[in-house]
Amino acid sequence: MAAPTASIGDNARLRRHYARRAVLGRVGLYVVAVLAALVCAMPFVWSTLTATKLNADLYNPDNNPFLYNQPPTADHVMFLFKNTAFMTFAWNTLWVGLLVVLITLALGIPAAYSIARLNRPWSTPMGIAIFFVYLVPPSLLFLSLSRVVVALGLQDSTWSLVLIYPTITVPVSTWLLIGFLKALPRDIEEQAMVDGYSRLGAMLRTILPLLFPGTVAVVVFAFTLTASEFIYALTFISPTQEKVVSTGVPTELVRGDVFFWQSLQAANIFVAIPIAFVFNLFLARFISGFTMGAVKG
Amino acid sequence: MAEMVSDAPTRQTLAGARQRLADRDGFLAWIFLVPTVVYIVVLVAIPFFLAIAFAFSDVTAGNPSYDWVGFENFRRVFADPVFWQSLRNTFVFTVISMLLIVVFGKVLAMVLTADFKGKWIVRFLVLLPWTTPVALSSITWLWLLHSIYSPIDWVLRTVGLIDDNSYFLGRPALAMGSVIAVHVWRLVPLAAVIMMVGILSIPDDLIEASRIDGAGFWRRLFEVTIPLTFPLIAVAALFGAIFTFTDMAVVYILTAGGPTNSTQVLASWSFTRGIAGGDIGQGAVIALFLFPLLLAAAVLILRAVRKVETF
Amino acid sequence: MSVTVEVANLIKQFDGGHVRAIDDVNLAIEEGEYLVLLGPSGCGKTTLLRTIAGLEQPTSGEVLIAGSVVNGLPPRVRKVAMVFQSYALYPHKTVFGNIVFPLKPEKLAKDERESKARWAAELLGIDQLLDRKPRQLSGGERQRVALARALVRAPHVFLLDEPLSNLDAKLRASARDELKRFQQRVGTTTVYVTHDQAEAMGLGDRIAVMDKGKLRQLGHPVEIYDDPADTFVATFIGSPPMNLVERDGTLVGFRPEHLLPSAHVTGESVEVSFHVDRIEYLSGDRHVYGTVSGIGEDTRVIARLPATVTDAVTPGESHPFGVSVDKLRFFGVESGTRAEPIRMEAKHG
Repeated sequence: MAAPTASIGDNARLRRHYARRAVLGRVGLYVVAVLAALVCAMPFVWSTLTATKLNADLYNPDNNPFLYNQPPTADHVMFLFKNTAFMTFAWNTLWVGLLVVLITLALGIPAAYSIARLNRPWSTPMGIAIFFVYLVPPSLLFLSLSRVVVALGLQDSTWSLVLIYPTITVPVSTWLLIGFLKALPRDIEEQAMVDGYSRLGAMLRTILPLLFPGTVAVVVFAFTLTASEFIYALTFISPTQEKVVSTGVPTELVRGDVFFWQSLQAANIFVAIPIAFVFNLFLARFISGFTMGAVKG
Repeated sequence: MAEMVSDAPTRQTLAGARQRLADRDGFLAWIFLVPTVVYIVVLVAIPFFLAIAFAFSDVTAGNPSYDWVGFENFRRVFADPVFWQSLRNTFVFTVISMLLIVVFGKVLAMVLTADFKGKWIVRFLVLLPWTTPVALSSITWLWLLHSIYSPIDWVLRTVGLIDDNSYFLGRPALAMGSVIAVHVWRLVPLAAVIMMVGILSIPDDLIEASRIDGAGFWRRLFEVTIPLTFPLIAVAALFGAIFTFTDMAVVYILTAGGPTNSTQVLASWSFTRGIAGGDIGQGAVIALFLFPLLLAAAVLILRAVRKVETF
Repeated sequence: MSVTVEVANLIKQFDGGHVRAIDDVNLAIEEGEYLVLLGPSGCGKTTLLRTIAGLEQPTSGEVLIAGSVVNGLPPRVRKVAMVFQSYALYPHKTVFGNIVFPLKPEKLAKDERESKARWAAELLGIDQLLDRKPRQLSGGERQRVALARALVRAPHVFLLDEPLSNLDAKLRASARDELKRFQQRVGTTTVYVTHDQAEAMGLGDRIAVMDKGKLRQLGHPVEIYDDPADTFVATFIGSPPMNLVERDGTLVGFRPEHLLPSAHVTGESVEVSFHVDRIEYLSGDRHVYGTVSGIGEDTRVIARLPATVTDAVTPGESHPFGVSVDKLRFFGVESGTRAEPIRMEAKHG
C-alpha cells in the first residue's frame, strides 16, 4: 500500500477548503434555525413578559420594555382566571373542538373509505367535489348560515358551532383521509375477507387500526382549525357565557377603549402553550401520516 | 340426522343474507357516503345558493322578509369606492403574503428536515404561530405594534433610527405591511410542514445521486428538490392563498380595516356591511366576489395535485 | 482514465456508536480492477462503498483515490460515479436530461455536452430512448440509463451498488455479461457491491468478502472458492456450501463436489461411509444428503455428484465414498480460521 502521507499534498488545500465550507454550512444552519425560532416565538415571549408586569411598569414609554423595571406580579393572571369568563371560553373551545373532531371522523372516515376503496364509477368525481367544498370559505357562507342558525333556534348558542364547524373540517379531513387510505395496501383487507370477514368487518378490523396515524393527523388538524375559527364564532354568538376563546378573549377583555393588556397576553399564553404542546406530541405522526397520504395519494 | 340435513341450508341462507349487506360494495359505498353528502348539501350547498339569493334581495338583520330587488345591491356595492379599495387590498394582501409564505416556508422546511441539536425545541417554537388561535396571536401583535408601547418602536428609538413612534397600525402603508407580516408569520409554519412532507418524500438515493453527479447545494435545490416537490409547493401555496384570500381575523383584530379602509379586504368589508351594518344583501354581493377567484385557484390546485400522481 | 482506490484502517460507527458498520478495513484496489465486495446484508459492504463515494464520512481511517487522501471532500470533487440499487433516475427529467446532468458542473460548451451524452447513450444502446421519462422505461433500460449517466463524465472510479438486484432472473444473467464486457471496454476501476455470489464469481477480478464490518478475505474468485480463509467464507461461498466435519478440535472442510463414490476418487484419499437420506436432481447434478462417518464425528453433509457420475445411490443405505486428501481444508473450531492440516488415514487409489 502506498504511504498515504506521501501523496496528501495536492489534496490538502481542497480538503481544508471543504472542511471550512462544512463548518460554515453548519453555522449557517444553526443561525437560520435560531432566527426562525426567535421570530416565531418572539410574540409569545413578549406575552409572558407583559402578562406579569405592573401597570406602572408597563405603561411608561421610557421604561426598557424588555426588563422588569418593577417587581413582576401575578395579579393580572389571577384577574384573568377569577374576574373574567376565560375558563368558560377555554372550556367551550375544548368541548366544541372535541365534538367537532368526533363528528368529523364519524362522517369523514366512512366517506373517505367509500371514495378510496369501494371503486364506484362516481368515486373520482365525488373526491373532486368534496375537495371543491373546501374552497367555499366561511367568509362566503357566514351570512346565509347566520340565517340558517336563526331558523334552527341555535343563535347565541355554542351548539351552533358544533353544527357548523364540520363544514370546514369534513371536506379537508376527507380529502386527507382519502390520501392515507390509498397508501394502505389492499392485500391486507383482502386477506381479512379471504379469512372470513365481510367487507365491513375487514374494514373495521384491518383498515381502521392501520389508518391510525392518518386519523391522528386529521384530529390534530381539525382541532387546530376549529380552535382558530373566528368568523362564525363572531357572527353567531354574542352572550359571554356561550363564547369560545377566539371571540371571547378579544371582546370581553377589551371594554370599550380599555384593553386589559396583561390579562389578554396571559390568555394568549395559556391557550397557545397547551395546544402547541399537544400538537408537538403528535407532530411526528402528523408528518408521517401526511407523507403517506400526500406521496401515494 | 334427517332433521339436521334439512335444517342446514336454511341456516346457511340466513347467514348468507345477513352477510350480503355488509359485503355488497355498492350498498356500503352509498351508506358510507350519504351522511357526508347530506350534511354538505344542507350546510354548504344550500347556504351557498341562499347567499346568491340574498344578493338579489333586500334582506336585512332587522327585516328578514325576502323581497326581490334585482341588481340593486350590486349597483350600490359597485358605486361604493370602499368596495374597489377592498378588492385591490385583497389582491395586494394575498399576492405579497403568498410569495413570502412560499419562500420562508421552503427555507423553514429545509431547516426542519436537517439534522441538528435542539431540533425539537426549534420545532415547538416554530409551530406556535400556527397552532395558536389566530384571534389570540393577533391580539399579541396588536400589543407588539401598539402606538405608544411597541417594543419595536422602543428599540428603534433607543438605537436612534426614529425620533417619534412609527404608529404601525395608524399609517396606511405601514398598516398593510403589518397585516401582511402577521399573516405571513402565522401561515409559514403550515406551509413549512406541508413542504417538509415533500422534502421527506424524495428518496435519499436521488439526492445522493445528484451529489455524486457533481451538483452543489443550489443546483440540487433548483434542479432536484424544487422540481420534485413542486406539486406540494403548489398545494401549500394555493391552500395558503385560499386561507389568505378569505381571512379576516387578522385584519379585523389588528386594524378593523382602518386606517380609512386602507387594510379593508373583501371578507372584512362583507362582514362590516352584512353583519355589523345589518345589510345582508350587500354583504352577500361582496362575499360572492370571492367565489370566481377561488374557483380559479381550485383548478390550479387540482392540476398540481394531478401532477403529484403522475410521477 | 483509471486510478487506484485504497482504504486504510477504515472504521465507521453510526450514531449510537455500539456497532461498527466498518471495522478496521484495509483494502487496496488496483488500476482498472473490477473488485467485488461480497457479503450478507448488513455486513458493511454498502457502507464501505458509500464511504468511498463520500456519501458517508469515516469515523477514523483514510480513503485514498489516485493516491491522495479524499476524506472530507464531497462526492462531486472525487470524480466518482455511482449506480444505485434503485438507479435513482431523476423522475422529472428525460433520459437525455438524466444523462447530461453530471456534465453541467463541468465547463463545457452546450453542443459538446450534448455530443458526450449522445455518445454515452449510443454506447449503451439507448439512443432511441432519449426523450422518454424514466417511468416509461423497463428495468433493463433504466439500468442502462443509470450506467450512461455514470459513464458520461469519464469518472475515475465506478461504484455499483447491487445494480442487478431489481432485474428479473433472466435479464440478470445477460445484464451481468453486458456489465463485464462494458467495464473491460472502458477499463475504469470498478467497485461492485453484491450479496449474490454468482455475480461476484462471474464479475470480479478479485472478491473482497465482508462480514460484520470486517474484511474476511480478499482474493481471486478461484482462491476464495478453493482456499477460504475461514469458516465464514467457506460456508458463505459455494452452493451448497462447504461441508465441515469436526475431528480432534479441528474442522475438516471439503466441497460437496469432492465427496464422491470411492471409484471416482483418484490419488491419495480418505475413505468414508456415507449414509444417504435423500437425493435432489438439479439440472443434471445430483445433490445427495446424508450422514458421513469416518472423517471425524458423524455429520450431516451434502455431496454433489455431476451428471458424469452415474453410480446408483440409494436412500436409506450406506455407500463407500471418498474425498481426495488435497481437497481437504482445515479450520480451528474456536477461531474459525485456517489451521494446520492433521494427518488422516489415507488410501492410495
